[in-house]
Amino acid sequence: MSTITAEARLGSRASTRVRRAMRRRRYLGNAGVLVLSVVLMVWTFVPIYNMVMISLEPEGDVYTDRLWPKMPSVESFWSVLTQGHWYLEHFWRQFGNSLYLGVMVTFLTLLFGSLTSFSIGRMRIRHGWLVSNCALLTYVIPASFLAIPFYRIMQNYGLANNLWSVIAALVAFATPYAIFVFQEYGRSIPIEVDESARIDGASPFQIYRSIYLPLMAPALVAVGTYALLLAWNEFLYQFLLLSTKSSMTVPVALAQFLNSDQSPWNYMMATAIVYAMPPIAIYYAFRRRMTAGLTMGGVKG
Amino acid sequence: MNSVSVADVGRPAIRWHALSRSLRGGLKGGEYTWAVAFVVPYLAVFLTFVAYPVVYGLWLGSEPSLYRELFADPIYQTTVVNTVLYLALGVNVKMFLALLLSGFFMRPGRWMKVLLLIFVLPWAVPQISAFISIHWMLNGEWGFLNNLLYHLFHIEGPAWLNERWTALGAVIASHIWKWTPFWTLILLAGRMAIPLEIRDTARVDGATGVRGFVYVTFPLLANLYLISTLLSTIFLLGDFNAVYFISGGGPADSTHVLATLGIRDAFDLAQPRLGVAAVMSALPLVIPLVIVLMRKLRTTEVQL
Repeated sequence: MSTITAEARLGSRASTRVRRAMRRRRYLGNAGVLVLSVVLMVWTFVPIYNMVMISLEPEGDVYTDRLWPKMPSVESFWSVLTQGHWYLEHFWRQFGNSLYLGVMVTFLTLLFGSLTSFSIGRMRIRHGWLVSNCALLTYVIPASFLAIPFYRIMQNYGLANNLWSVIAALVAFATPYAIFVFQEYGRSIPIEVDESARIDGASPFQIYRSIYLPLMAPALVAVGTYALLLAWNEFLYQFLLLSTKSSMTVPVALAQFLNSDQSPWNYMMATAIVYAMPPIAIYYAFRRRMTAGLTMGGVKG
Repeated sequence: MNSVSVADVGRPAIRWHALSRSLRGGLKGGEYTWAVAFVVPYLAVFLTFVAYPVVYGLWLGSEPSLYRELFADPIYQTTVVNTVLYLALGVNVKMFLALLLSGFFMRPGRWMKVLLLIFVLPWAVPQISAFISIHWMLNGEWGFLNNLLYHLFHIEGPAWLNERWTALGAVIASHIWKWTPFWTLILLAGRMAIPLEIRDTARVDGATGVRGFVYVTFPLLANLYLISTLLSTIFLLGDFNAVYFISGGGPADSTHVLATLGIRDAFDLAQPRLGVAAVMSALPLVIPLVIVLMRKLRTTEVQL
């Protein structure tokens, strides 16, 4: 009896020691997670906090050493939305240009990308691999390296200050990614689907429209988001090709006052926030689809 | 991609009928027309807006005298140093952080999901908005960072953007801020793709913590990590926005990288040929990168 209880006591003592060690490790782990979480949050939020803070300051308050405005006001947002400051007099026009650019780039990227991937991946056109290689090559050339020749070519065509010159450039750089993702995603759709439609007498265009596109919907959403955000993030081509107030987009207008000493910072930050809203909304709405698209095909290495 | 392609080239004595069929990839006449029509729009875009500028750029930058002028320019020499630093630190610090953080975000729990949502915010914010904010935040006199330093520690921070090394550091840090979330998500997806059985077996065999990472996780992630690093190098080499918005190449043109120097030469100095030459001088680095990357991307089918 007594030996058993002694053993049990010994065992339980050992197990409490183990348990205590485990608990200590868990506490340490939790503390580590907490510290890292705080560091990450601060790191992530500082520039965003700065943007929000300055947009809420009245004009004169920008040049003070405050960490939060004395009298926060949404006046600068109101000025942006009503074009109430000389710097913002074309805001809606420019926002419209950005929107037009984004929508057109998205539409054309999806159209050209899906057509090409259908032809290469589903119809297996001869020498399709050549087209794939063109796309791959485009994907790995830095776009900014082509900006100077591109600018001169557009000047020669008389397309300077025309949104379509930027649209052309961005479609050319976004479509390769679309082709890859579509081809990769298309592999999950059995080719027999196409073949049975073919036997039933459907033309390739009908197969593309009524079978391929609907089945590709998730990939279309992923790539569409990618193209839209690409256009929204792009600056260099818009900056070089669009210089009149009525043709420029929001990023170009924002950058105009970057290096002047008397920049209207509160209005600029308010504009920057308004400009950042659509992509943030889109990003969080399509988040799952986007990351799925980004890693579509996974890691087969 | 299409693996039946090269094998048939140069095989003699095929009848014309069969040859034309093989050229069409087994498609019937009408279908072949459709297939070509589907590829034409993209090919047209590629030829007009990618191939033509590439050839034109090569022609613009083909004079050897341009390079003599370029290499003698002290600003160009600083720029090369900056570009190398930007690449070495920007890519590697970012990728290493992404590798560690992707492991961190593998932890279970609700909080991790919430934290990940917050953490990817820099990626969702447009570059222009974020970089303008950082630019003003680093202002020596009225910037938020120095105000914060003063309020917390009573330190007078430096004028970050008025000195070469702090300005370059700010550019690199901003790049890391903006792009670490993206690569973290990529590597996180890579980690998720490792089958659970492998992880469980490794754990049973005692490969946990650092050992598990060194002997199990990293070997499986290595290829993805390599491709990500190479791609990120190319993207970073072409990056214009971070330098342009944060330091503007200043002070006194001491923080340019090749991409911004090319634009400055072409447009501020009105010497487009010199600008093209500045960009082209990166070709000895770009070409091997592109070759390795194209081979890797084609064979391993990693999608980024």
